[in-house]
This record gives sequence, C-alpha cells and structure tokens, in this order.
Amino acid sequence: MTEESHNEQALPDRDELPTPVVKRRRFNASLIWLIPALAALVGISLVVNSWLQAGPQITISLQSAEGLDAGKTPVKYKNVVIGRVKKIRLSSDRSHVLVSVALEKSASGFATKGTRYWVVRPRIGLGGVSGIDTLFSGAFIGADVGESNEEEENFKALEVPPAVNHGAPGRSFILHTDDLGSLDVGSPVYFRRIQVGRVASYELDKDGKGISVHIFVDGPNDKFVTTSTRFWNASGVDLSVGANGLKLNTQSLATVLAGGVAFQDPPGPHDDTVAPEDTRYPLFGDQATAMAPPDGEPKYIRMRFGQSVRGLAVDAPVEFLGINIGKVVSVRLDYDEKTQTFPVLVGALIYPQRLGNAYGKLEAMARARGESPELPQLMSHLINHGLRAQARTGNLLTGQLYVSLDFVPHTPKVPFDPKLKPLTIPTVPGSFSKLQEQLAEIVDKISKIPFDSIGKNLDQTLAGLNATLKQVNGQTLPAFKDTLQGVQKTMGTANDALSGDSPLQQNLGATLEQVRRMARSLRVLTDYLGGHPEALLRGRRADAKLDAPTPPVASKPSAESSPGSKP
Amino acid sequence: MGRDSGAGEVNALPRADELGLIGCPVCGLVCRNVAGDKRLDGDGVDDAMACPRCNTALQRRKPNSYMRTWALLIAAFFLYIPANLLPIMRTASLNTIDDNTIISGVVELWVKGSPGLAIIVFTASIVVPMLKFLALSMLLVTSQRGSGWARLQRAKLFRLVEFIGYWSMLDVFVVALLTALVRFSVLSRVEPLPGVIFFGLAVVLTMLASMSFDPRLIWDGRDTDD
Repeated sequence: MTEESHNEQALPDRDELPTPVVKRRRFNASLIWLIPALAALVGISLVVNSWLQAGPQITISLQSAEGLDAGKTPVKYKNVVIGRVKKIRLSSDRSHVLVSVALEKSASGFATKGTRYWVVRPRIGLGGVSGIDTLFSGAFIGADVGESNEEEENFKALEVPPAVNHGAPGRSFILHTDDLGSLDVGSPVYFRRIQVGRVASYELDKDGKGISVHIFVDGPNDKFVTTSTRFWNASGVDLSVGANGLKLNTQSLATVLAGGVAFQDPPGPHDDTVAPEDTRYPLFGDQATAMAPPDGEPKYIRMRFGQSVRGLAVDAPVEFLGINIGKVVSVRLDYDEKTQTFPVLVGALIYPQRLGNAYGKLEAMARARGESPELPQLMSHLINHGLRAQARTGNLLTGQLYVSLDFVPHTPKVPFDPKLKPLTIPTVPGSFSKLQEQLAEIVDKISKIPFDSIGKNLDQTLAGLNATLKQVNGQTLPAFKDTLQGVQKTMGTANDALSGDSPLQQNLGATLEQVRRMARSLRVLTDYLGGHPEALLRGRRADAKLDAPTPPVASKPSAESSPGSKP
Repeated sequence: MGRDSGAGEVNALPRADELGLIGCPVCGLVCRNVAGDKRLDGDGVDDAMACPRCNTALQRRKPNSYMRTWALLIAAFFLYIPANLLPIMRTASLNTIDDNTIISGVVELWVKGSPGLAIIVFTASIVVPMLKFLALSMLLVTSQRGSGWARLQRAKLFRLVEFIGYWSMLDVFVVALLTALVRFSVLSRVEPLPGVIFFGLAVVLTMLASMSFDPRLIWDGRDTDD
C-alpha cells in the first residue's frame, strides 16, 4: 500500500528512471515442449515394448492354488522363467482354481496343445526329495512343451510332475501286470541294479483286468531293452531258503520301500533286436519267474476232490512228477445230489510248455498215431495210464497242500471224456488224506476198546491183591522169619560139625587112614596076584614058591571084596 | 470479506506494471518498463531485460510461464504413469525375489503391520504428486482465464505446493538408501528398478513446473474479473 502510494508519488518522475538493458537470447521458448514430447516418447516406447514382449495369455486349471501368488509365481521351463501368474480365481462352479498366466513373447510355443503344466512344490517321497528349493522360493509352475503347433489357451494342470520331459532321449515301453504292487509314478527302473529309467504313468486297462505301466528308459541305456527282455517287479525283499542256505535278494533299499522295476535279458541264446518304442511286455512278479522259459498259453483244468482240501489255496502249485507246471486259480465247493456229498472243485491253470521236451515228444507221438495233438487228447492218453490228481501236503508244519499230477499204480479206470469243457482230471485221495483215513480207523478201533469195564475189573483185582498182601504181611512173613531162624541154627550146627577140631572131622581122619591102609594092603594083594595068579586057586604058598601061580583064582573076587569090608 | 475489501482497495490502487515500472528484485532499483514494445510478449523469442545497475534479469512476469509450466507438468505426468506401473525396487532374499511398485509397497507395508509408514509413503509418493498435478493445473487454468476467484487461497496453495514438492523425493531416497545399505549378497539384497528413475524424473519435473509458474499471474487480470 505504501509502496503503491510511493509509486503514485513517483509517477511524475517516470521518464527520469533508468531503462533496463534488453538482451537477446537465442533460446526459443517453444523448445520447452521437447520435454513432454520426450516424456511421451519414453512412455510410448515402454507401452510398445511391453506390448511387443507380451506373450500369449493362458489359463491353467488347478485343484488348489496352494503356494501360488498372483503377480509373483513364475512359470518355469528347465528352470528358466517363461511367464508369470497374473490372476488367480475360482471357477464358476468353485470346483477348481483358474490361474491366468502371462507367458513371455519368446515362450509363445508353450501355448500349444500338448504342453503340460504342473505345480512344483516340495515333495518328500520314499524315492527321494524333490522341489526342495521351493521351500524358500515358494511354489512355481513347471511346464513341459509338447510337439503340437496347435494353439491352446486352456490347460489342466497335472497333479504330479511328469516323470519324463518331452524330447528327453530314451524310449518308453508298456508293461502289463495284474497288480501294481508298490509301484508309483517316478519309481525307478533298474538294469543290472543301475537306475536307467522310471515309471512315467500307469492306468487301468479298459476292461479293468490289468494295469498298463508306462516306463521310460533314458538314453543311451534304452538300447539294452531288446525284444526278448524280461521285466519284473523289483519291489520288496526276496527271501529264499534253498540248499545253499538263506538267500536275501533285493535291488536297493529305496526299492524295498518304494518299489521299482528291473529288467534283463534271459540267459542263454535270445533275440538281441533292440525293441521299438512302446513295445508291450508282461511285468513278472519276481526275477525267477521272469527268467523262467516262456510258459506259452495256459490251459484251464478242473479237478474234483472228494475230501477236504484244507490248506489248498489259490496260487498253490500244480506239479507233474515234481515239476511245477501251473497253479491253482480257484477252489470252490460243489454239491453232488446223487451221493449227497460236497465235492470240492479246484480250477487250475497249467502251462504245458513247462513240460519241455516231454510235451513235444507227446505231441509228436499223438501226431504219429493220427490223433489231435491237443492237450485233452494227450491227457486222455495219460489218464488211461493212471495219471491222477492228488492234493498232497507240501508243508507238514503249515499243512499247505499242492496239487500233484502223478501216475498212481493199480488205480481203477475212470471214464474220461476229452471233449468235455473244462478239462476235468480224475482225482485220488492224497497220500496224507489216506494216512488220515487209516489213522482215523485206528483211532476208531481204539475207541471201541471197553476201557471202562477194564478199569473196573482192574480195580477189583487190585483190591483183592491188596487183601492178600495184608495177609502175607500179617501172617506169612512172621512164620517165614521163624523158619529162617531155624535154618540159621541148622547152619550153625553144620558149621560146628565141619570145623577142624570136631569129632566128626577126627573120625573122618581116622576112617580115611583106615582106607589108606586098606588101599595099601589091596595093592600088595594085587601085586601078589599079578605074580601068582594061581594063588587065587591054591592059596598062598611059602615064600620060596612065591613065583608059583595061585590056583584059586575064582575065589579071589570074594577075597578081593572081603578086604574092602574087612576094616 | 478480505477479498472484497482487498479488491476494492486494489481496484483503486495502480500496480507497477500499470505505471510502466519494474523493480529489480536484487538491488531494488526501479526502472522504466521498456517492455511496452512487443518483444517480450510471447513472440517466440525469449528476450529479457536486465537491471542496469546489477545486471539481474528483470522480468515483469516469468517468461513463457504458462507454456513452460504446462509443458513440464505434462512431461511429469507422462513420466508419472510408468513410475507407478513399473516396479521401483527389488528385494531379493534367499531365493525370494520381490518386485514392488509404489502402490504394492504401500499395500505391503499396510498389510505387514506398519500403517504409519504406509501412510507416510502413500502421502509422499501418491498424494503429493497428484496434489501437485491437480493444484498446478488448476492454478494454470484459472490464471490463464484471468479468474479472480479465491486469489489469496490460490496464492497460498501455490506456496504450499512449492513447499511440499521436495518431500515427494522421499521414495527415491528410500530406494537409494536401501540399495546402499542392504547388500548381503545372497541373504538379502535391494536393487533399484526403472520405476524409481521415472518417479524421480516426474518429481523433478513437477518441481521445475512449479518453479516456472509465476504466482504473480494469479493476481493478473483484475479488470476482467471485476
């Protein structure tokens, strides 16, 4: 205000005021517009750049968005980021999660049919640990591109990571099995105990009667899979007791727990042709089965057992002369109205090829006879020769039975119709069941023995015996004692009589002396008689005529006997 | 009320311009305004007068103020868009890589339990630049139309815009500081991303825009207003 009033006052002196210097500048004010133009240019270039870099948008449907983060979770292929999750939302029916992914321009090939996506999370399985890095970095979406060029926007994520990446060197094969066992996707495939592949997937057959297991064998080891290669399930522990002792056979500890498949060519000459991709193989239960010679077509036979088959289980072996030729597949009860019995129908699969050369020879013989070389015809021939099925005890401890086809001598002939389906083999009672029957008979007989009355009689007899013994103790024994004392006395007397200074002894000595003397005189007599036999007739002569024979010989025996009685 | 009385008085009182005078802002010398000729009236050439005593540039108004302010403001606005869309900072720690834009950083701060910090960052990075854009645009439009509406408030608003303009650089400083401080290679790492450059440029350009706006323009056009 004051300034303005001052200015007002100075107004008249305006012309005396100094004039400012006027400078010319080169700068054109409109150049300032270069700045927003530049800014706009930068902005536009950014937009264009991002538009150029933007790849296709795809949608992946997942079961759960666990661990996924909109705007952060990357999509990786071979651990290279090829896109990023932009948005996560629920599907309209809330059954699954839809994840929008912006792929990079360079990864537009991943928006094609056949590309597989899955969420990589830390997984800890028996076969190992995977995706451990995601513990820190968070889950990401893994991708595996397919072959197709057809564009695709909607994908369904795999629940488990695929075992095999597309384009990996190697080949896949299909194994067919009845039972998956402990196999799983990712289970190892071993060749000579080296892991050369893994199980890629498995699925039930359409008819539900088996499982197809897809395995992938990595190159270059896939060339070891030949057309004659055998595959077996290497899961678990194979413990066998043989003539060589206890044998434990496993692949690796991981396999014991998590399962696995092993393959190898059979020993001996075989076809070495490298198998083409997706060849189908059977998956055997164990190495021994796998390595066994091929079984050929199995044949179904039926047996009708009249006795109990306790201990005969499905999978029990069927043996022919001790050679395993098949296995029991069913054990069922039947009812026979005629005999009112319950026969057991046992179904079995037998592999005639397991008979080896014998089967070939039988076939040749049947052909030579002009018969059909089919199994029923051969069987009918063998059955006429006494082939019978028996349920025999395989293990006395557990009572397990097996079916034995054997020639039974002196068995009655049975009618056999080779055209009947299924092929029914006549049976005879097993050796053990026969034994059982005999035992039962013995037991029956034993049970008929009247143990009761025997016992009663024995009791009475014992009572009588007891009374007798009492009598013996009370009366006989004292008397016996007295008798013994008497005997002792007698013996003492006898002893006395026999002692050295007893009169008997002395008398005996004197008597013996007399006898001695008598013997001497007798000798003299005989000597005399020897010299003078006439003395027996003529009597004793004088001493001068001693040499003359004694005439009374006949009277001598009386003289002889008299000296004996003389003393 | 103040406006009414002020207007009454101002109407009665002449201005330096009307008296053909111009004052040197440094030495205080009052000169004759020779700019009566057309050389200084937006003929595309930015000619200027200078004080005959101290050679300070003498300007009746800041030269081409409208055009410059508009240009800088528009440039700032252009840069402000990528500044908000692009991530400004990457926090990397043990396999976790986190790219944050300004807004996502604010949201993260809020969610992770620092609402105070979130508000500060939000104010400095979003509210203040937007306020500057809106305020300067409004000042420019009203001044160009010579509107006499709420002149005092508009003048105050302009001073406020100039004052708070620096605080928008907060985000840039935060990123610069963290980048320098958090460098533990694998464990933890902070890196600046292109967004922060755009943001810094946008803030600088808004400051330049507010500097090139001449608040005296607010008070011009008195006659048309009344």
